Amino acid sequence: MNLDFNPEEIAFRDEVRAFIDENYPKDLVGMGSREDLTREQFLAWHKILGAKGWSAPAWPEKYGGTGWTSTQRYIWSEENARVDAVMPLPFGIAMVAPVIYSFGTDEQKARFLPKILSGEEWWCQGYSEPGAGSDLASVKTTAVRDGDHYVINGQKTWTTLAQHADWGFFLCRTDPDAAKPQEGISFILVDMKTPGIEVRPIITIDGGHEVNETWLTDVRVPIANRVGEENKGWTYAKFLLAHERSGIAGVARSKRGVEKLKQIASTEVIDGKPLMNDDSFARKVSQLEIDLTALEFTELRTLAGEAQGKGPGPESSILKVKGTEIQQRLTELTLEAVGTYGAPYYRGFPNDDSSNEFPIGPDYAHHSAPMYFNMRKTSIYGGSNEIQRNIITKMILGL
Amino acid sequence: MDFNFTEEQGMIRDSLARLIREQYDFDTRRGVVASEAGWRPEMWAQFAELGLLMAPFSEEDGGLGGGSIDAMIVMEEFGKGLVVEPFIPSVVCAGGFLKHAGSAAQKEEHLAAIMGAESTFAFAYAEPRGRYNLADLETVAKKDGAGYVLNGHKAVVIGAPWADKLIVTARTGGDRRDAGGISVFIVDKSASGVTTRDYPTVDGRRASEVYFENVSVGADALIGSEGEALPLIERVVDEATAALCAEAVGAMGVAHGMTVEYSRQRKQFGTAIGKFQVLQHRMVDMFMEHEQSISMTYMATLKLDEDEVTRKKAVSAAKVRIGQAGRFVGQESIQIHGGMGMTEELAVGHYFKRLTMMNSEYGNVDHHMRRYTALSAGEMKAAAE
Repeated sequence: MNLDFNPEEIAFRDEVRAFIDENYPKDLVGMGSREDLTREQFLAWHKILGAKGWSAPAWPEKYGGTGWTSTQRYIWSEENARVDAVMPLPFGIAMVAPVIYSFGTDEQKARFLPKILSGEEWWCQGYSEPGAGSDLASVKTTAVRDGDHYVINGQKTWTTLAQHADWGFFLCRTDPDAAKPQEGISFILVDMKTPGIEVRPIITIDGGHEVNETWLTDVRVPIANRVGEENKGWTYAKFLLAHERSGIAGVARSKRGVEKLKQIASTEVIDGKPLMNDDSFARKVSQLEIDLTALEFTELRTLAGEAQGKGPGPESSILKVKGTEIQQRLTELTLEAVGTYGAPYYRGFPNDDSSNEFPIGPDYAHHSAPMYFNMRKTSIYGGSNEIQRNIITKMILGL
Repeated sequence: MDFNFTEEQGMIRDSLARLIREQYDFDTRRGVVASEAGWRPEMWAQFAELGLLMAPFSEEDGGLGGGSIDAMIVMEEFGKGLVVEPFIPSVVCAGGFLKHAGSAAQKEEHLAAIMGAESTFAFAYAEPRGRYNLADLETVAKKDGAGYVLNGHKAVVIGAPWADKLIVTARTGGDRRDAGGISVFIVDKSASGVTTRDYPTVDGRRASEVYFENVSVGADALIGSEGEALPLIERVVDEATAALCAEAVGAMGVAHGMTVEYSRQRKQFGTAIGKFQVLQHRMVDMFMEHEQSISMTYMATLKLDEDEVTRKKAVSAAKVRIGQAGRFVGQESIQIHGGMGMTEELAVGHYFKRLTMMNSEYGNVDHHMRRYTALSAGEMKAAAE
């Protein structure tokens, strides 16, 4: 056991750091947690990494992965967090792609993977429905065969950033008479420009437009766009969720967030002294940092296990639960730190200044309340934290 | 980065686990704890035969060439078996002082004896009014010719009834709570002027109040430099704390496992209580606390040889997290066992008691939270300057 980087790893870190310094877009430094970016802003770094061949470090090399060790991947996320980089979105790289390369046909791999890598095509996730949230297996959207097509009808919801999406992966019921709800679901790739798809915005409590309702009316999709076997989609859906969870811990980004929080608390003043010197506040920051260290080393142990061929298993549920709790506590403490200047709200408010700058209060306060509100999503999405506990109950405790 | 044990470390763990399974079952332990001696010197000798007591020492000191990771492995297994024998006081603490700062003659005289279980040490550092401040010492060692004369009272010295020698911290200069003026001595428990009041502890061990009344020791009793021992004491106590974290990890894992198993067997309302989601989620929370405690123990142990601030922050972070986790896992284990958890007859209560007492050993959660926070503030100040 040791925590050292070997000379190759130190050289790798230097190479990565230099690449980021030279190529990361300067106007996107510090924007990694923002959800109100344009399509171009979301894709800028992804496209640069795609051209470099670094957009999907976790993929197998033969599909375009980097072949990095778990330690190199750790270094990679640490280095990106130094600039709080806007990383490639998970829907293509981390979610649908592992399903395609693990269960898809050669044609599907050739058609979809290169454009996921390059950032040319944007993906969205058609999982949840109004009646199927935590109980995902009760999806009602149907896909009925008609010649060499499926005809899809139904409603999906919480489709993140679907307003930008070129493609979506959808869970549809292909056998309404299956004995169990988990059976009879298929995993289908849908071109979002197909007639019959309507994407309607949902505005969330932070005022942002991040999620949508997606309505599907007689949407005709080639049967060739189904991944894997018909009616076995639940298997692929669960596989995808385990992959989604392992990236969800967000350790490097939260470490950067703690640094920002400390800077804010050193600037804010209480009784004439920095808030960071206030014992009760400082101890809350310490607790957060300590819990983050526990998460970091739990993730490192998981990565080390993966390097030895253990796929992301139910242990990744711990990373999801603890990672999201920490992300939430971080925004909670940041909002606490800025005091009353968390209140001014500017989105959509007409002001004289034609730029987006809002002239009230310190800059660091501007997003603190919306970020806090927005991050409440994290313990709900990707399988709520209660569902994660159900998974651990079943898969690890065996109860 | 590497989170694997070496082949030798794996062997140490497996053979120790087997020995504890075969000769340290719960009923045997209860008998030993209730006996007059309160421990089994013959078991201690068997641990020595297995090489456990040599494992954390370098080859040039006569050990097996291991270090803190080996101590971690041993203590996790000790935690699983609620082993009472004094590995931390004798091997980690006394051994630590000797290997870091002992003279060649001191090493020669004491290290082989510790490793061979011929001599057993206890670490007399805490005082009735010092709480967790290692520098808050009323015990005084006054220069007397070439040697020293000790006077004072050390509190709850774990394993002292079984020890023939003591490591004693005392003030040779400075004022109470000063960082300077602290020294460390090796004192024979049979030395004239040393008296003890021995007693059992609530978690099945033995301890003593140790009184020093004009106890004379020679110059060769001093470990390291006179008056400059605080950094050394802090280092050894950090190493002991990391080992204690490993013990907590072992105990937590067993308490959790017993609780899950009990929830499978125990039926109420016509069904196993482990089918109730409210209990399932609590057992999952216990599982997550245990997993994070493993992570923190690795983290702290692997940072013990780094610079002082990094080491102290790592150990305090681990002790905070594990103190919180141990309390949670212990309390929930009792709660989910219901009335049976309250009985002396079931093992789970004994794990709860041990986990509870670990929290106050080498500084509780509040103490380590304060230390961590102060060190963080110091780092921020240094970065700003």
